[in-house]
Formats: sequence, C-alpha cells, structure tokens
Amino acid sequence: MATTTVTRSAETRSSAPSAGRVRAKSPYPTWFYLPAAVIYGVLFIVPTLIAFYFSLTRWSIFDSKFIGFGNYVTFFKEPALVTSLWHTLIYAVVTSGLKVVLGLLLAVLLTSQIVARGYLRSVVFFPVLVSTIGVGLTFTVLMNPEKGLINQSLSVIGIQGPGWLTDPSYALLSVALVDVWKGVGLATLIYIAGIVSIPQEYFEAARVDGAGAWDNFRHIVLPLARPATVTVITLSLIGGLRSFDLIWAMTRGGPGFTSDVIASVIYKQYQAGFYGLSTAGNVVLFVVVTAIVLPLSRFLNRKEVEL
Amino acid sequence: MRKRHIAIALLAAGSMALTACSAGSLGSSDDSGGDGKVSLSFLVDNAAETVKIGNQLAKDFTAKNPNITIKVETRPAGTDGDNLVKTRLSTGDMSDVFMYNSGSLFQAIAPEKNLVPLDEGQNIGSLDKNFTTTVTANSKVYGVPWGGFMAGAILYNKDVYSKLGLSVPKTWDEFMANNAKIKASGVDPVIQSYGETWTSQLFVLGDFANVLSADPQFADKYTANQAKYATTPAALAGFQHLQQVHDLKYENKDFASAKLPDALRYLAQGKGANYPILSATLSELISENPGSENKIGLFAIPGSDGSKNNLTVWAPAGVYIPTTTTGAKLDAAKKFLAYIASPDGCTSQTTASQPTGPYAVKGCSVGDSVPQAVKDMQTYIDNGASSLALEFLSPVKGPALEQICVEVGSGISKADAGAKHYDEDVKKQAQQLGLSGW
Amino acid sequence: MTVLQSRRPRKNLLLSFVAIVLSVIVFLVPFAFVLLTAIKDQQQASLLDFSWPHQFRLVQNFIDVVQARDYMLIIAFINSTILTVASVTLMVVFGAMVAFVLQRRKSRWNGLVNALVLAGLIIPPAVVPTIWVLQKIGLFRTMPGLILVEVAFGLAFVILLFRAFIGTIPRELDEAAIIDGAGPMRLFFRVILPLLKPVIITSVVVQSVFVFNDFTNPLYFLPGDQNATVQLTLYNFSSQYSTQYNLLFMNILLITIPPLIMYLFFNRQIVAGMTAGAIKG
Repeated sequence: MATTTVTRSAETRSSAPSAGRVRAKSPYPTWFYLPAAVIYGVLFIVPTLIAFYFSLTRWSIFDSKFIGFGNYVTFFKEPALVTSLWHTLIYAVVTSGLKVVLGLLLAVLLTSQIVARGYLRSVVFFPVLVSTIGVGLTFTVLMNPEKGLINQSLSVIGIQGPGWLTDPSYALLSVALVDVWKGVGLATLIYIAGIVSIPQEYFEAARVDGAGAWDNFRHIVLPLARPATVTVITLSLIGGLRSFDLIWAMTRGGPGFTSDVIASVIYKQYQAGFYGLSTAGNVVLFVVVTAIVLPLSRFLNRKEVEL
Repeated sequence: MRKRHIAIALLAAGSMALTACSAGSLGSSDDSGGDGKVSLSFLVDNAAETVKIGNQLAKDFTAKNPNITIKVETRPAGTDGDNLVKTRLSTGDMSDVFMYNSGSLFQAIAPEKNLVPLDEGQNIGSLDKNFTTTVTANSKVYGVPWGGFMAGAILYNKDVYSKLGLSVPKTWDEFMANNAKIKASGVDPVIQSYGETWTSQLFVLGDFANVLSADPQFADKYTANQAKYATTPAALAGFQHLQQVHDLKYENKDFASAKLPDALRYLAQGKGANYPILSATLSELISENPGSENKIGLFAIPGSDGSKNNLTVWAPAGVYIPTTTTGAKLDAAKKFLAYIASPDGCTSQTTASQPTGPYAVKGCSVGDSVPQAVKDMQTYIDNGASSLALEFLSPVKGPALEQICVEVGSGISKADAGAKHYDEDVKKQAQQLGLSGW
Repeated sequence: MTVLQSRRPRKNLLLSFVAIVLSVIVFLVPFAFVLLTAIKDQQQASLLDFSWPHQFRLVQNFIDVVQARDYMLIIAFINSTILTVASVTLMVVFGAMVAFVLQRRKSRWNGLVNALVLAGLIIPPAVVPTIWVLQKIGLFRTMPGLILVEVAFGLAFVILLFRAFIGTIPRELDEAAIIDGAGPMRLFFRVILPLLKPVIITSVVVQSVFVFNDFTNPLYFLPGDQNATVQLTLYNFSSQYSTQYNLLFMNILLITIPPLIMYLFFNRQIVAGMTAGAIKG
C-alpha cells in the first residue's frame, strides 16, 4: 500500500518542477488550483464570457452574424418573453418564501418533543433525493383535473378542484407548490442544524424567566437561526430563478406561455435553432440572478454582523 | 486510511478507463465488416408506427441485397428531434441515412451544405411533383418519400352525423350550424387535446387551402414579408375559428389536459363528433379502437367559400443521405433510397403499417382495404381539390404556433392577438434563414 | 417506568398525531401512488386512480420496462453510473485540492478564487456557448465531455463545503508533517485527505444524488438514445408511454432506488456534513 503512494508522489514531484522553482517549497503549491482551474475555466468561464459576444449575433448551426442588440430588442419586445421574466421572479419569490416559512416551522416541530421524530425527519427529507423529472411526472398525473387523485379527493368533500396545471391562472403556482414539496426537506434540514446548534443555556435561562414556547421561538430561535435563514433564502432563490427541470416536466411552459420562465424560454429558443436569441436569454438570466442575489446576500450578511 | 485513499485512486482510474466509451447499445455488432458487406445506420423518429416501417424496410431491403444490412436508430419526434438532427449534422456525426421532415424544416437543415443530391439512380423521375418540390433546394432534389401524403382535416364520427341527420359541411357557417345541433344532443362538437400541444394547430395550418383559394399568391407574399396573418382576413380566419369554438364551449370538457389517444378514443366512441387533426393519426385511431375504420370519415376544414373548399395536404417526410456518408456506404445508401422510391418499397411500407394517404411514388397503390377516411381524402385529391400546406410552399414557419393556438383555443388570448403574436414569431425564423425583406 | 418517563419532558401527543397524519397524506401518498401504479396492469393504471391493484404485475412490468427500446434502461443505468462515479470523483479530488490551498495559504489569488467560487454558485451556465466550446475541443456528445461539464458546474459547491471543513483542522498537523519531510502531495493526500472523511462523504452523497438526478445537462450536452441517462429515459418514455402509465411509474420507481439506497446508508453523515458546511459557508 505504502509503496504505491510513495511512487505516486515521487512521480508528481518530478513532473512539476517548474511550479516548485518559483516559491522554493511551499507546502501549499498554487498548482493545486490547476486541474480545477482548467476544467472550470474552459467549460464555465470561457462559455460565460463568449456568451456576451454570441448574444449579439444571429447564430445558426453553421455561422454567426453580428447584429448588435437585435436579440435583446426581440427579447424585450415579445410579450411571451417579457412575461417569462415576471414568471421567473414570481416563481423564485414564492418558492423561496414558502421554503423559509415551512422549513422553519417544520424544523421547530422536528426538534421539539414529539413521537416518531426520526420517521418524520426522514420522510420530509426524502423528496429531495428523488429525481425532479420523476416528481414532475407523478404530480402531473396527481394534478390531472378530471382523473387526478387531488381533485378526486377534493370532490369527495364537495370541492370542485381547479385545473391545477391547465388553468392559466394556477399553472405556475401549482408547479411552484410541487417545487416546495420537493425542496422543503433541504430547508428544514438546514434549519434543524441551526436550531440544534443554539446553546441549551439560552432555553434554560428563558425557562427561568418564565418564557413560553412562543417567546422561545420569537426571541431565541428566530434571531439565532438567522445564518440558516440566509442560507435557505440564498440557495432557494438561486434555485428558483434558474429553475427548469420541474417546469419542463410538468407544463413545458404552458398552457400557452403562462408558466414559461427564462430558463424554459432559453431551451425553447435553443430547440428552434435560434442560438443567438437563446444565448441572449442566458445573459438576461445571468443579469437577473446576479442583480438579485448579490445585493441580497450582501444585505443579509451585513445585518448578521450587526446582531 | 491508506486503503481508502488507494481505493479512491483506483475508482478514479477505473472510471476514467470506462468513460473512454459510453455504454452505447448492448450487443451491437461492428459497424463495417471487411468482406464486401456494408452496414448502414438509419435514423428515424421514435413513433411506434415509424419504427415498424423502418424495420420492415430494412428487412425487405436486406432480403434483396444480402450484402447490405441496415440498423434502425431512433430519435425523439417533434422539436427535440429537430434539434438533434441539426446538431448531429453540424457536428458531422449524422447516421448514414436519415428520415426527416420535408418543406420548411428541410430547408432549415441547410440541404446544399449537408445533404447528397439525388439523381435518376434514385428514381426521382417517378416521384410526385408535389413531393419533390418540398425536398428541393436550388433545383436539386435531396430526398425520397417516406410514407404517403396526409391531410390536415377534420375527422368526424359518421354515426353521430347520420343519427342527427347532418351532412358534411362545405362552409364554416354550415359547420357551426352542425355543431349547434351536436351540442344540443349532448355530444361534444369539437374535440381538442392540448395535453399534446402540437394537436392545437390544425384549425390554422389545415385551413391553408382555403387561404390559398382566397389569395393564390399568399405563400410568395408571405415569404417576402408582404402578407401577414394578422392583416389578411382569410388567414386570420383560422385563429378566429379556434376562438369561436372555445367561446361557444364546443370543446370537450377536458380539452386542456386530454392527449391524442384520449381524443381519438372520444371520436371513435362518439363522445365527440369532430376532431381537426392530421390524417396520419388514423393508424393509431384504428389500432387502438378496433372496428372504427369505417365509422370515421374525413372532410376538409370548411372555409368561407363552399365552392372552393379545398383539402390541405402535407407532403410525406423525406429520407436523406448526409454528405458525411462516403465510399461504399454512399453507394449502399443510394441503393437503399432507390428501393424506398420504388413500388417494392411502398409494398414493404404497406406491410408494416396501414397506409393513411396516397404514396408519392408512381405505380404505388394503397389498395382497396383502406379506411373510409383515406377514401374521403383520395376523393379530394382526385378531384384536384387539394393544395399543399404553407410549410411546403414557404420556408417561413414560426416555432411557437402550437403554444399560440393553445392560448387562443383556451381563451387566454383573442384571435387577433394570437395572429399578431405569430407574425412576430415567424419574423425570428425568417431572419435566422437570412431571407430578404425581413 | 411511569415515574421515569414523567421526569423527561412530556411528548406532545396531539401535535405528534397531527404531524404524522399530515406527513402520510402529503409525503407518503404520492409515493404509494407511484408504487401502486407501477404494479398495476395497463388498463387499471390508465384510470390514474388511487386503488388497490386487481392484478400484481410487478415482475412483468419490470421486465417490460427493462426490455423496452432494446434494453435502453440498462444502457441508461450504465451511462448514469459512469457519469456519476467519474464526475463526483474528479469533483471531490480537485475541489478538495483547491479548498486546501485556498484555506491554508494567503496569497493574491485568494480574492480571485473566492470570487470565482461565488460566481460558480450563482451564475447560470451559458448553454449554447458551452456546446460551442465542447464542439471546438471535440467533446460534444461524448461521455467525457458531459463528465467534465458536471465537474465544472459542481466544483464551486464542493469547494465551499471543503473550505469550511478544512478550517477546523489544526495547522499544527501540517507543520508536523512538513517537519517529517512530507512534500505537498504527501501532505495533502496522506495527512489532510483522510481527515476530511466526513465532508467527503457528504459531498459524495450530495453530488452523486445531484448528478444522478440531473436532467438538464445530459439533455443539452449528451443528446441521443444511445447516450441516454436514466433521467432522459424517463423523459423519452413519458411521450412513448402516453397510454402505459404502469410502465412509466415502474420506471420512476426503478430510478429512485439508487438515491434511496445512498440515503439509507449515509443518512446521519449527510445531515452532519451538510449542516457543518451549509451554516458556515
């Protein structure tokens, strides 16, 4: 065992003398960055940068022609594309809002004294592991307006359920709900960790002061679980803004364009062969995500320091 | 600890070795043998009937040419498939022979750059002109026909019509008058199936023969950016029809979620009376609903002028050879195309699947045992009362028509807005193709 | 017994009951639906209702799904396994190397590297340009190409997890090893890496689940039936099986099993590692 390891390190040492020359013998060589940097640079940084150029071209399978801001004009002129921008924001806000609220409530519940806590924790987290496409197809069937289990059950208690995915005013929200169903386990997990790491002394001191459950929640859990909140908001906002899989599996942006988000527009333009327009959509998404997430996370992190 | 580390290293090494090739297909033999035998790959879409036809053609062709074997590969249908075909062509990694749409989609794969032109060796002289124009670029023919012509028309349940004493409508007004009676009898007048969005387009695309009756120059003007859907009354009519049917609640209740098989079942069982759809779906209709072959008829989508109510016809898809096929494979591929464009090829296709429209090869016949709807279709064609759909007369076709039609047909937007939206959508395609005037 | 119990905080039985009932309705019923539909015959499955199967066709449906389209599901499982194992291995090794140097060494690179890691988390990948680059280097539509893409997109998260964890390892260990004459490779692979076991497990599990369940990247970067991954089979079957819900749901069931096994094995470790990384990161 030991020999293989030694020969390995000997080989690499002799193969990388140039890196060693610069800074005599640092135990933390800069070339450790190299493998990751090459892959990341070629397949992430370079495409991101050239996207800015290609978004200014009319780009088909074989050639590209510079057309200035034409793609952006098209993007912001076509109502179906502009609404996708709004849908993206609605979707992201709804999903991350619900994940924060439900995740926190579930975490409080799952750290309190209840029966079958282990079972509950597992069952809430499990959907996180299931494939998004699988979840999407399953709920498409469950949400079928006539035959689906959800509306069948509602009709038993006398409620006429809506066409979850076929009614234009519900489609986007229905997909968002499924997204929450699938993702709330992760939020809960992060919150549980946050709550568990709160020192018990706080709760004991509160009990001495005669504080009730609500006071505990309001004055101890809520402020001290703040880092967890920041993580949940940031993660689910990024996820929500970029969301594609679930929407594509459930509605493909329909009915009509009523549940189209930027990511599904990008895919549709790509399918249609409008590579320039598709890439312009990518740049728009890039700007939207950065413009929302960066200031927000800076803001949230600053407040944290003040506390 | 040391063991772990080595285990990881081994895992990495092993996985790298494995990745040299992805799994590919299990148990497939080598691509090209040395002893004069040639093996061709043949890409078709994955619809069940298509795959049947592909396999039958491969089998019958090899029976005649034992030195050439053909392996059928499949790809998704619809826009996913368009995309796949384009990228495989652009990366020079297309199968040796492939099946793909004719008309505007054919124009979008840059045929002059990517495809091998055909000549008399492939029997192109014996092909129907209506077909060859749809696979021609710069006066060279690139494809042979796959299957037969099909119609974009209304399939109707003859039992429902005879029970209510209705006759086949020639004008839209007659059609709507029929629908009022059908609705009153408790049957859904018009079946729609937006669970599969492509099925929403027929009232627009299938109405094109009527547009052409009103304005024979429409296609050329349209290509030159001089005619628009929103501003040409005859063209706008398709969108208006879609809206009317929804406004009057003539659709089946589950129109928003129903899929093609559901819709065909409603039609066969008489729960719905009319279904605007492509006639190619007849083979599925009959195989899934035995006994319906003579219960279902077909008529052209009615327009404003009953005396000029023509049938809109789709040309067959084409079978093409990409320029990446060379040498012995190219010769074999040309032989295969010649076979498809011969009466033997038609017979082979008929064996595999019930023909749903006339073949585009001279000397081929669909036989007498065809379903009623195909006979109805043949009548239109024999009487010269048919014309090709817009996508075969103009390269301009927008990708979002199906979603727009769903919007109009579900009452999310109105006919004028839909038509305007489609004109915008089309513009992107025309610009992408570099057409002049856009 | 009773005396002992009463000393501990009392469990809230009513709340527990409500929670359990709700969890069954919200989370277990959908899974039960998948399971039941997967073992029904075609006709009953097409009713889409929640009912007990008339006929148990577990084995037959399993065979049908596996055999469909020339054993495409088997090919897909092989492809997905290769993809997952290779990309997660590379991601973890390369990511740990970056995190190690980033955490240990203060240099002018740190600011840039940190910014790039953050960018990797936030920026949506530019799809078509990535395809263009892959075409230029001849890796488009190849498994190695897709593996590298997954590595590139997953690195940032892994680096973040590792950086937080490496911060908890005392530097004295490094110094002791260096005095013993260890070079950078030996220091990292033989001293540090073994200590990272908890966070390695977490990132392997999290990223494996992520890559195995990934749909978008294979859809864009590795199209084609012969290259299908398990998620794409589901997507392709969903149009092909528009009338065969039993087979569709059998497929969903089958591709859920690997993540489930992962989870059952590493349940505790995931929770521990996730929380350490997520809260600090």
